[in-house]
Amino acid sequence: MAKITLSNLAHSYLPNPASEDDYALKELNHDWVDGEAYALLGSSGCGKSTLLNIISGLLMPSRGRILFNDEDVTDAPTAQRNIAQVFQFPVVYDTMTVRDNLAFPLRNRGADPSYVAQRVQQIAKMIGMEDVLNRKARGLTADAKQKISLGRGMVREDVNALLFDEPLTVIDPHMKWELRTQLKALHHEFGHTMIYVTHDQTEALTFADKVVVMYDGRVVQMGTPQELFERPEHTFVGYFIGSPGMNVLGATVSGATAKVAGQEVALGRVYGDLSGKIELGVRPEFVQLGTSDTGIPARVRRVEDVGRHKIVRLDMSGQNIDAIIGEGETPPSDSTFVSFAPAGINIYADDWRVQPMQESAA
Amino acid sequence: MNKTVNQRAWFLILPVLVLVGFSAVVPLMTVVNYSVQDTFGNNVFFPAGLEWFQINLQSDRMWDSLQRQLIFSFVILIIQIPLGILIALNMPKGGFWASICLVLMSLPLLIPWNVVGTIWQIFGRADIGLLGYALSQMGIDYNYTQDWVDAWITLVVMDVWHWTSLVALLAYAGLQSIPDAYYQAAKIDQASRWKVFRYIELPKMQGVLMIAILLRFMDSFMIYTEPFVVTGGGPGSSTNFLSIDLVNMALGQMDLGPAASYSIMYYLVILLISYVFYTIMVNLDKRDGV
Repeated sequence: MAKITLSNLAHSYLPNPASEDDYALKELNHDWVDGEAYALLGSSGCGKSTLLNIISGLLMPSRGRILFNDEDVTDAPTAQRNIAQVFQFPVVYDTMTVRDNLAFPLRNRGADPSYVAQRVQQIAKMIGMEDVLNRKARGLTADAKQKISLGRGMVREDVNALLFDEPLTVIDPHMKWELRTQLKALHHEFGHTMIYVTHDQTEALTFADKVVVMYDGRVVQMGTPQELFERPEHTFVGYFIGSPGMNVLGATVSGATAKVAGQEVALGRVYGDLSGKIELGVRPEFVQLGTSDTGIPARVRRVEDVGRHKIVRLDMSGQNIDAIIGEGETPPSDSTFVSFAPAGINIYADDWRVQPMQESAA
Repeated sequence: MNKTVNQRAWFLILPVLVLVGFSAVVPLMTVVNYSVQDTFGNNVFFPAGLEWFQINLQSDRMWDSLQRQLIFSFVILIIQIPLGILIALNMPKGGFWASICLVLMSLPLLIPWNVVGTIWQIFGRADIGLLGYALSQMGIDYNYTQDWVDAWITLVVMDVWHWTSLVALLAYAGLQSIPDAYYQAAKIDQASRWKVFRYIELPKMQGVLMIAILLRFMDSFMIYTEPFVVTGGGPGSSTNFLSIDLVNMALGQMDLGPAASYSIMYYLVILLISYVFYTIMVNLDKRDGV
């Protein structure tokens, strides 16, 4: 188990990267604290897997260093780093039995046979495969094979970190939930540093203590699920996390008020002079609809009933905006007025969140 | 959809049957015909029953040739299969040099058998051949026309030169189809190079290797042109393989009856071995599951 430090790390798949656009992973400084469970969240192609492969040593970074417990391992081969990694698609050793597959990493490290037998039994129980231990791995279904891959990842107790690269893609939904719970239990039991790559926000938010959101080769925010929800540091975080995502509206800001769609909105905080593309972000959960004349006039486009609540899609002088209302509430029929809860408002300049100068007494 | 029954449709496959009949069945039946008849010339034949088969089975000549043939096939398989795999493992995985390798390795495969034979026949000659001359200058007593060991070595090396590429190309194709994730997982699992070969590469190559073994076995078991050109079966009868022996019997001695029974038995042996290989291959695929 180890603390993993990334120092000035950057990677490009091109031999001679010229501009910043050539980098799949932009320069990054980051500490993965020992024993924490992280989720690495982002859309496809944002550099998540690249980062994972650099940590495990499958990929040599173009620039920067990687340290395990302050020891430089940048040039160390994968085997020496003693890392477990589970890939998106199942990898099993076809000619081996399930038992031998699970035992493989332990035997490669020369573990004691009685320990191997006992540990394999334990892992088999965890992934629910005790009854097929003596079967050849080649004839099994894709999700059974993926469970073997997961089991092989978890079988070593002394690993520096456990990396998961979208491991549950091929698993059916019920088993997904089950395995995720097992992974969490494993984390509690052994306290491994875990990094879990996914593009599924539910998966990320339920699995991890800390969620790291990546966008376009960059880490845009790291925080608890709560922080990501309330204070997205980048408009991408707001848009990517939440269902539906945060509303991002063009605005002008002066002091403690913003002007959106020609109407004044109280922000509850004071902002300094802003330059660049100014936007106001507010989650649908903080958008209120009312028939009284306070707020911004808007027109209902459609209402979606998702079960626990309803999503109201509105048109506000040409800008789209979403609101969430309770299951029992009746959505407004056609035109309505929109207002925002000040606590849920964030201001963005060029997509990055602006820190307010002070909380005003609003 | 309703299908109408019309037995006249069988006539549609008649052209194929006629063609196959002329190309395969008729010549084969001629051989069968010869094998059970005897003649004293003038195109007069009389039945001989299974006499030719009995004579052949009792003669050392056929058994000796069969033995030489099996040893030859065994030796070239034991060399070419591991060598081909070794070459495939060390070939570049892609890019310019991979293409160069593929082209260079295909070259021997494209040379006609009798040309290969001629090349090695001259190459090995002590007076004008590069190999033979170089060896004799180094003081090595090498003469494939006099010494049966030299003759065998020449034939084996020639076949290895001619056909190892085929095994290598097939193995290479098998290796190329292995996803990167397998190698990555093996690194994560801290598997040694040998274990990567044993548990990832070899199982994934199993299918193509079976084809390679089958092709190389059949080809070497039926080899004729190259040894005929290089040694002509000699020195003595030390490289008299089945097909050379058969041709000697049929065309050299004009013993049509014995030669016909000889070729039928030759054919049956090949059929039997092909069947065994086929069964093994099918069962390898089916071995999935329990």
